[in-house]
Amino acid sequence: MPNDGPDHDHDDDVQEHRDHDAPLTDVELRVRTLESLLVDKGLVDPAGLDLLIDRYETKVGPRNGARIVARAWVDPAFRQRLLDDGTSAAAEFGFEGRQTEELVVLENTPRVHNLVVCTLCSCYPWAVLGLPPVWYKSAPYRSRAVSDPRGVLAELGVAVADDREVRVWDSTAEVRYMVLPERPAGTEGLTESELAALVTRDAMIGVSVVAPPVGVP
Amino acid sequence: MIRPNDLGGLPGLGSVEIEPDEPPFHHEWERRAFAIRLAAGFLGRWNIDQTRAMQEAMSRTEYLATSYYEGWLFGLERLLDARGMVTRQEVAARRSDPSAPVVRGDGDHALDAEQIERAVSNPHASRLDVDVPPRFAVGERVMTKSATGAGHTRLPQYARGRGGVVTADHGVWIFADAAGRDLGIVPQHVYTVRFDATELWGEDANPLDTVYVDLWDDHLEAA
Repeated sequence: MPNDGPDHDHDDDVQEHRDHDAPLTDVELRVRTLESLLVDKGLVDPAGLDLLIDRYETKVGPRNGARIVARAWVDPAFRQRLLDDGTSAAAEFGFEGRQTEELVVLENTPRVHNLVVCTLCSCYPWAVLGLPPVWYKSAPYRSRAVSDPRGVLAELGVAVADDREVRVWDSTAEVRYMVLPERPAGTEGLTESELAALVTRDAMIGVSVVAPPVGVP
Repeated sequence: MIRPNDLGGLPGLGSVEIEPDEPPFHHEWERRAFAIRLAAGFLGRWNIDQTRAMQEAMSRTEYLATSYYEGWLFGLERLLDARGMVTRQEVAARRSDPSAPVVRGDGDHALDAEQIERAVSNPHASRLDVDVPPRFAVGERVMTKSATGAGHTRLPQYARGRGGVVTADHGVWIFADAAGRDLGIVPQHVYTVRFDATELWGEDANPLDTVYVDLWDDHLEAA
């Protein structure tokens, strides 16, 4: 099962309810204080805050990227446009916005495995993958993805043969990167939307591969 | 100078733990911190490089101990104070008395929901529509500078003083190092530079492997 759908159960709400009975932590107090000051001073509009949270919690996420990948797998002309100019190809779906000023799509092949990181902060293609997961922003990934990509991949269950090139893309400017994973074998009969359902966030970062559907050896 | 956020290649920071079915936010305060920082950013009083520079204004020990959205909050508090938009004194007063009055400024006005929708849908932030000749060509061998001076930089320490090849010219963008040091908008080309893993990490690296880094004119010299 893909581990990244936007329609996840809000099981974090359980955590939040427990938090409501406890005294506020320092960071909760800091956020609450700053938000109330920004609203009272007319610097932010509460309706605008709700819109931003809703957009990135329910509308913009890795399902966007998965649709792009599935289209590229079934439509060779689109695949070429995607690899030539990822920004425009994503815009064909209406996927554009903050943190995706220029999108470059990297194709995994039997000869090349691509891996995306931001060693300096957390740069990530929001318009097609949503907000970055915690591990992507974490010190272990950011430190090791550039110096030991094969080790990181092996730990995450992706074996890359010694004669296959690993390309690591460090997102140090405003260009954003997304991986076009390899289409799994045995999916010839699947529709575009069935294919999209197979594509995971982690495969589009390059730390995973797309598994064939259950029942396909 | 090595910045606290510059982690590429550092040993001993642990293994990568992926949380299954990870939600976009883990706590309500993270949603609020995320939203207020974006919304305040849309007022246009700082750019993304200044945001990053402010978030890096801590020791490495503090940086590694600070959660992601706490880092956003840290940067936002300081940017708002530095611009006089929400001062430390106002924050302290409201912390001790939630009904403490505030004075509304007359310069900045909150974007309404419609304006926020437009702002967040607009990808354009750092690319510049100005004609600056590129200093390097695709295919050219380059050397990165070995030092970046004090302050914000997007040239990671692991890629300093190394030889690579330009593989793409992305056009003209705001030079992040200058903007993050409050030196204004300096238009420069951004290039993707390919480094052999062996050039960066030594002979133990797989000779097939490569690392691609996006760098500006001022990070590079002809090889």
